[in-house]
Amino acid sequence: MKNWIKRGIAVHIFIILSTAVQGQDDLLELLNAQEEPETSFTIATFKSTRLVSGHSVETNKKGDLQFLIGHRFGRINSGWRELYGIDNATIRFGFEYGLTDNLNIGIGRSSFQKTYDGNIKWRFLRQKYGAEEFPLTATWVSTMYVLANEFPNTERENYFNQRLSFNHTLLLARKFGKLFSLQLMPTVMHRNLVATEQDENTVFAMGAGTSIRLTGSVRFNVEYHYIFPNQIASPVGGEDVTNALSLGVDLETGGHVFQLHITNSRGMTEKYLVGETTGVWGDGDIHFGFNVSRVFTTKKHKKIP
Amino acid sequence: MKQLLILSFLLAQSLCVFSQKYITQSGTISFFSEAPIENIESTNNQVSSVINLENGQLVFSLLMKAFVFEKALMQEHFNEKYVESEIYPKAIFKGQIQDFDNMELSTTPLDVTVIGTLTIHGESHEITNVGQMYFDENNRIRVNSKIEVALDQYKIKIPSSVQENISNTIAITIQMEYEKLD
Repeated sequence: MKNWIKRGIAVHIFIILSTAVQGQDDLLELLNAQEEPETSFTIATFKSTRLVSGHSVETNKKGDLQFLIGHRFGRINSGWRELYGIDNATIRFGFEYGLTDNLNIGIGRSSFQKTYDGNIKWRFLRQKYGAEEFPLTATWVSTMYVLANEFPNTERENYFNQRLSFNHTLLLARKFGKLFSLQLMPTVMHRNLVATEQDENTVFAMGAGTSIRLTGSVRFNVEYHYIFPNQIASPVGGEDVTNALSLGVDLETGGHVFQLHITNSRGMTEKYLVGETTGVWGDGDIHFGFNVSRVFTTKKHKKIP
Repeated sequence: MKQLLILSFLLAQSLCVFSQKYITQSGTISFFSEAPIENIESTNNQVSSVINLENGQLVFSLLMKAFVFEKALMQEHFNEKYVESEIYPKAIFKGQIQDFDNMELSTTPLDVTVIGTLTIHGESHEITNVGQMYFDENNRIRVNSKIEVALDQYKIKIPSSVQENISNTIAITIQMEYEKLD
């Protein structure tokens, strides 16, 4: 009998104590049980819509207008008289606009060959985690280029469509943890006018890039484009065409992203990166360059009252 | 003796069974940071919380990514750089209403003090909140409170390049409306 009472009291005390001590955790469990499983999209795979000179999978949000301005200087091995290439800059400026969070359009103009470009960019798959998972983000970007410089050969009859080039790139990217992102860029480049019959009008290339987070605001990026062999025969500007390799750093300060890089390509669009890059890293044909990107918000989220 | 034991046992049981819990999943928490260049404000209206009216304990839980900013880019930076919501998705507060046993909750707003632990960005600190609590005409419990949180305490780093734009102390407004949990 005594034992029975003792045991009863012990159980009793235990129940009272456990409700008192675990009360808050029980409440939290109650809240967790009410929650529906969440799916989250991976954000900020890259800092900007450009990795270095080529596109990243990132798009501008709906209503965001991005102003991009880029410079590529001359080669650092051009010597002191040229201030190591600083005297000889090419420039591209452009605007990109988010029609939706996933669909962007853009225009731009490069001083080199006086080229106008227009692009459409569609992020059609997004990496996500939680209740639903998907391993990567996929973005398609198509660009059209119009060269507005003098025709190279004015003796013959020239047509407007000789000025046109087209690029199509599929961007596939995955963010691993918060520190490291990887991107593959299979690319098709079509030039309506090429130098000789030995040059393919349509050039296939494979790009690869990575972004490594150093701090919340600073990242290190690498971008490389490999052109499959036997497609380009003619030299450009007297030099053989090479594969573009670029190293860059992103500095993000709120609305601005500053991207500083060194590269063997002067191209700020795929047309030059793939098929018109002639610098050789080992020979010191390295260009210093930068992009500055500023985002203007034209449509604000509605305030929650 | 035996009867006393059974009686008290039943009493203890009744505490567990007939709960006096009030709950919400659509509370509103907003914050505001005043800075010379740009004020930053954001609202989360999917805050979950539960109050236990037997002992005055309450718990809050919210998803950081549910904070909505006017500027989409600001929202991305908030999640990616500052609160790192991919790693620390939730903020949680577990608190106890002080002097709860002597309190008579009614339709007249009552000043209450809550002491508890606030966890943001994986960092936990004890805080004291002062707010008001009352029953509204639909027998819901309303809670309103304002608190201030120092970002450095929660290891939320502000890069030197934007230090002018973001102040270290953030004013947080809490507005909750609880319904009885059956």
